[in-house]
Amino acid sequence: MSSSQSWLLRPFNERSTQLFLGILIGAVALVSILHLVFPEDHALHVSAYTVTLLGKYLCYALLAVAVDLVWGYLGILSLGHGAFFALGGYAMGMYLMRQIGDRGVYGDPVLPDFMVFLNWQELPWFWHGFDMAWFAFAMVLLAPGLLALVFGFLAFRSRVTGVYLSIITQALTFALMLAFFRNEMGFGGNNGLTDFKDILGFDLRSDATRLGLFIATGIALAIGYVVCRGIVLSKLGRVSVACRDAEARTRFIGYRVERVQLFVFVVSAMLAGVAGALYVPQVGIINPSEFSPLFSIEVVVWVALGGRATLYGAVIGALLVNYAKTVFTGVMPDAWLFALGGLFVLVTVLLPKGIAGLLRRRKKADDDDQVTGQEVTA
Amino acid sequence: MSIFQELSNRDRVFEFLAPAASPVDVRHGPILYLEDVSVSFDGFKAINNLNLTIDDGELRCIIGPNGAGKTTMMDIITGKTRPDTGSVWFGSRHNLLTMNEPDIATLGIGRKFQKPTVFEALTVFENLELAMAADKRVLQTLTARLSGEHRDRIDEVLKLIGLSQLRNREAGILSHGQKQWLEIGMLLMQKPRLLLVDEPVAGMTEQEMERTAELLTSLAGEQSVVVVEHDMGFVRSIAKKVTVLHQGSVLAEGTMDQVSNDRKVIEVYLGEGA
Repeated sequence: MSSSQSWLLRPFNERSTQLFLGILIGAVALVSILHLVFPEDHALHVSAYTVTLLGKYLCYALLAVAVDLVWGYLGILSLGHGAFFALGGYAMGMYLMRQIGDRGVYGDPVLPDFMVFLNWQELPWFWHGFDMAWFAFAMVLLAPGLLALVFGFLAFRSRVTGVYLSIITQALTFALMLAFFRNEMGFGGNNGLTDFKDILGFDLRSDATRLGLFIATGIALAIGYVVCRGIVLSKLGRVSVACRDAEARTRFIGYRVERVQLFVFVVSAMLAGVAGALYVPQVGIINPSEFSPLFSIEVVVWVALGGRATLYGAVIGALLVNYAKTVFTGVMPDAWLFALGGLFVLVTVLLPKGIAGLLRRRKKADDDDQVTGQEVTA
Repeated sequence: MSIFQELSNRDRVFEFLAPAASPVDVRHGPILYLEDVSVSFDGFKAINNLNLTIDDGELRCIIGPNGAGKTTMMDIITGKTRPDTGSVWFGSRHNLLTMNEPDIATLGIGRKFQKPTVFEALTVFENLELAMAADKRVLQTLTARLSGEHRDRIDEVLKLIGLSQLRNREAGILSHGQKQWLEIGMLLMQKPRLLLVDEPVAGMTEQEMERTAELLTSLAGEQSVVVVEHDMGFVRSIAKKVTVLHQGSVLAEGTMDQVSNDRKVIEVYLGEGA
């Protein structure tokens, strides 16, 4: 019986998770094979450019899953998840900067180029340790996690919810954007961090590394999805839904609502950080624009389009919208925001449960069978 | 007294050393004790020098016109509202004014709201599962597993509240009366020492009311029950002892007959209650 299993194993019994993982692994494997097996001029060849583009989409999908966890199941509409994404990205970017070593334009063995350019004499204290991969990768989780912990502790303790919380998250990411724009902050200011050479000793410009990063992103998405699904299927997931729908009631039956919110929020922020960290080596740059409020709002639109509180809907939404964005901005760049806005309005009016809602309606008969099945066994 | 003397006082039990989940002490009789409680909102005195004692195992009905302070009183007991003055004790050991809602709930005070609030997106079974007395800390909740014993307990309550057939349906589809019952069921899952029940029969049919009355009277004895109700017929059918609230303080207390013959009560209710 699924309820007696460990929370992390429970998702594997679920048909939707099996299907999701199957499709994800199949797609990643297919792209890898098409990239490796067919020669470059073959019609079925997938170019390194496309592989990296797909890798970027998968990063967005992981970010969308993180947002759906807090929005769909906890009722916290975070309009600032881009901040956690960007922090994870900066942690990775700092590692990649330190990996450049003396191959930079100015050839300084320790200081990154922008610091030499600004005439800094030594490394700021918070840049220490980022030359070690394990430290940097730990920071990918810890930096966004810590921000979420402090921010969430203050917000949830004061019982800030609903639209007020959304506005504060928006302010958070905006404030961070302004801060990171400043050169004095020591994160490369306006230009951010770029000109990366290699990761863990692998050349970032080689096709093999790019494919490796794409596969790593696929694995990260799979793990992130299973972790979120595990939380959702656990009793804690049901308590989250209870907090979402009737916060006061949840308190009166003995749950510490603010701690539940804090836990889920921090997990979500860490996942967003991982997404950001995988994003940076694939696009080759991280700058303060990732903190822009607009980006965080876009993420929410992906989730709404795909369908809230399903997790796979968030993935579908992120992939579809970003594919559409790639196509659209190529054909007529100025019209993209209008198209996105129009799409959002259309889905809200016609498909309030998003694309996942459509899929679910088909599955309904299926589920009803399952319900009666449970009744017999219970 | 010097600090040293104070620290070496051997009678003293430091708060951080006292067991956190110490049992409720009812050796002295009352399970709930409110003394001189007052609270005002923007100058309006919702509760005014309220004194109330509930004995262990008692079933008490509280009546009173709208605005008498019944719901505010429940808010104070459950930790939602802090009074301006006065003291509230649960047994003779726990000062409720120093505790928050989840702590008070864990200690053993369950509350049913005036408007039935169940978790509509969850199934009837899951509603009961969440309410069940258990370790409700975050990580323990994440790794919680449902044992056969738990299932039996939930099944038992499902049968008691007559919702066994609907166990796997979402609570949102239930009728008003069924939601009231589910909420009472959730209270039972908490295994509270004291149940605060706010208008349990609002929107129920005559039959449902009878079953509710039966259920509540059967609970008294092992648990203490405080019922706030407008429906006089219902109160008459279950109450041994009735407290009448008016303008935030106790107007009269006694059996239903005593109370309904009280001149002050008749005045307040204008014959409505008699």
